Amino acid sequence: MSLLVVDGLGITFGGLKAVDDVSFAVAPGEIVSVIGPNGAGKTTLFNMISGIYRPGRGRVSLNGTDVTETPPHKLAEMGLSRTFQNLQIFQDMTVLDNVLAGYHLTERGSIWADLLALGSMRRRADKAREGARGLLARVRLDKAAEQMAGNLSYGALKRLEIARALALGPKILLLDEPAAGCNAVESEEIDRLIAELAAAGIAILLVEHDMKMVMRISNHIVVLDHGEKIAEGDPATVSRDPQVIAAYLGTENAEGAHADG
Amino acid sequence: MTWRNKWLQLAILAIAIAVLPLFFPSGYYYRVGALIFVNALAVVGLVILIGYAGQISLGHAGFAGIGAYACALAPEHLGLHPALSPVLGAVVSGVLALLIGRPILRLKGYYLAVATLGFGILVSMVLTNERALTGGPDGMQVADLGLRAVLRDLGWRLSGGEFWYGASGIVLVLGAWIALNLFDSPTGRAMRALHGSEVAAATVGVDVARQKLRAFVISAVYASVAGSLLALQNGYITPDVAGFLHSVEMVTMAVLGGVGSVLGATLGAAILTLLPQVLTVFAEYEQLVLGAVMILVMIFLPQGLLPSIARRLRGRDE
Amino acid sequence: MDALLQFIFSGVTVGAVYALVALGFTIIYNASDVVNFAQGEFVMLGGMITVFAFEAGMPLPLAAVLAVLATAAIGVALNKLAIEPARGAPVVTLIIITIGASILIRGAAQLVFDKQLHRFPAFSGDDPIRILGATILPQSLWVIVGALVVFVGLWLFFTRTLTGKAVLATANNRVAAQLVGINTAWVMTLSFGLSAAIGALAGVLVTPITLVSYDVGVALALKGFAAAMLGGMGNPKGALAGGLLLGLLEALTAGYLSSQYKDAVAFIVILGVLFAMPQGLFGKSATERV
Repeated sequence: MSLLVVDGLGITFGGLKAVDDVSFAVAPGEIVSVIGPNGAGKTTLFNMISGIYRPGRGRVSLNGTDVTETPPHKLAEMGLSRTFQNLQIFQDMTVLDNVLAGYHLTERGSIWADLLALGSMRRRADKAREGARGLLARVRLDKAAEQMAGNLSYGALKRLEIARALALGPKILLLDEPAAGCNAVESEEIDRLIAELAAAGIAILLVEHDMKMVMRISNHIVVLDHGEKIAEGDPATVSRDPQVIAAYLGTENAEGAHADG
Repeated sequence: MTWRNKWLQLAILAIAIAVLPLFFPSGYYYRVGALIFVNALAVVGLVILIGYAGQISLGHAGFAGIGAYACALAPEHLGLHPALSPVLGAVVSGVLALLIGRPILRLKGYYLAVATLGFGILVSMVLTNERALTGGPDGMQVADLGLRAVLRDLGWRLSGGEFWYGASGIVLVLGAWIALNLFDSPTGRAMRALHGSEVAAATVGVDVARQKLRAFVISAVYASVAGSLLALQNGYITPDVAGFLHSVEMVTMAVLGGVGSVLGATLGAAILTLLPQVLTVFAEYEQLVLGAVMILVMIFLPQGLLPSIARRLRGRDE
Repeated sequence: MDALLQFIFSGVTVGAVYALVALGFTIIYNASDVVNFAQGEFVMLGGMITVFAFEAGMPLPLAAVLAVLATAAIGVALNKLAIEPARGAPVVTLIIITIGASILIRGAAQLVFDKQLHRFPAFSGDDPIRILGATILPQSLWVIVGALVVFVGLWLFFTRTLTGKAVLATANNRVAAQLVGINTAWVMTLSFGLSAAIGALAGVLVTPITLVSYDVGVALALKGFAAAMLGGMGNPKGALAGGLLLGLLEALTAGYLSSQYKDAVAFIVILGVLFAMPQGLFGKSATERV
């Protein structure tokens, strides 16, 4: 049974079909990667699945429920969590508070308790704080917990976003270029973390430019080009697909020239 | 750490309020102090709206006006005890904020600015025009709270200035305590998160429109209570309390002191309340100074005075 | 019936002023995404500078030209000194800056000029023209024609001239405009100058009817914004239609309901538009890029 089903999804920006008729599915514990050249529509696809853009066509369903028009905060309640390619960090909050914000759904309660610092609020917050410190340790940011997030390095911020996304206790995690801008060691850590999460039963949907990483950890790969799905399958099949080689791998030599996608 | 920070800030505030009267050359300064605390209370509300949630209001004086006129009108027309009138004002302000805020806060930032600007103008228009009820531009008397008489009967004789200095000071500390509680609570974090990135806040489950609305309503209640205190301590009120200029004063106090900081808000309120007392010509230049302060602070000290000073001090320590 | 026509005349007159303020908003908003709360102050400056130059002995037309040019210069200065240094700042910061500018200009006007209400003679006398039993002041015709001329002029500027197209391109995509060699800083300067000049012109045209004092700007800004929203933010046609519609609504409210509360119409319109159709009459819904 698939957790996330994307069916015929499409969107048009000013006459340009940014994503057109894309379908695939992700099962619990599975790592599915979406790859394709820059501008292929990967991030746009993520934004539609996570409710930030309203799709022009097609459907998204989560756990059997149609969530095509569901706003992001409702999707979060249903267990969908994500990170962003162009970091969306709460810059003026501490690192710990960033992760605590990820616990919003479990730590929220009565507004009166929050205003009056009642014991019930403190219990909720303490529990979240404990979890947040655990997650920070997991992405090796526990020492930076009290720093302002805006002061962290790029690679650290990437890991912070992952920790924040995990704080929701997601059933499915959308990772948009988690290893971009990371050095080899960091990237290997993220690699290992993703594998652990999948092993724990979380469905992973991944956009990543690091082809070695994608080929190594993915169970399934979806290839986009100019907004359309041109191939899908296991890593071995996809890497042999002539259309993929033409469209994607042909441009990989220029990879270093562009950091965005 | 944040826990310690909260009590530290409250202690600084409470000690300052308690110790300052030792240096007052005359009883008049109790009045000035009380005015500072009332302004600071309204500005602490704006810290929640602007500093925590990143939204703006150019009409918060409208809520102050509602709070003030509730104290002037409710005892006479509804037979409400003067001590309960601020509560009525706060409820009316909160409900109004809820009604106006709901459609607006789903949209971009400047819609709130414009709608609140219009709201403030509307409130002062009503207060000015409904002469039969409010006395029009000349204003009206406000019934005494009666609490001072109770204290006198208990053998504690306070001058009007002393009483209101103490009462406003206590309410300000209470207001600061609530604002600081909120800062380090799930709701406060959600507000600060959407301030940082609405998209990211939504993806962690924050109902962005709802949290903005909460900040707006809470800050409206602060402004309303401040307006009530102002009316009660002056014993007299005019529609100016709800005027556009008063709204702008509040925002200027907030940004001057530091819009994310409760202590900063108090500092900003103190500076801009003291200026007209120190400079008698200030009235002439008030608008010029407010405008210049807003622009200069936003360009050169976007964090405001207190956080910028704190940062500099910390920078020297390290 | 005569009364209705009378209300329509006065509605179209003030509506034309609101349309000019809304057009001023639109130009700056399109070029920079900044909502300029000092827009009403441009109208005030147009009226006040003309009054004082005229009273100092300058011929009226010359005083009017001086007012428009001086206000345009103030608009440019506002952009250079307050908006440009805060480029890229959050919306709230920009709102505080422009509201600060509005208060600053008010405060300065109060000191440089005074706190009194002023007017100068109407351009073509004060004898009302009778039309179908109602009357209209010749100055009202000046206001209405002025608004139409500005609208057509802007339309020609944006569709027929290279500079106008550069402004539109900047509005559309700032980075792309820079890439094709458009000087976006110059576009901003131009937008603020133009917007201030249009505001000042509105002030010059309407002062003989409504009078002017240092503090008329805020209400005008609010109404201009309401007009712009009613028509759809960023749309010049919408600004014109929204302004006229708001003026009519106000005049009819004043005529049939309450003259004291005619100023509340703008606020009701803002709330109504927000509730019912946030995109305004001519606006397009857009998916925001993240």
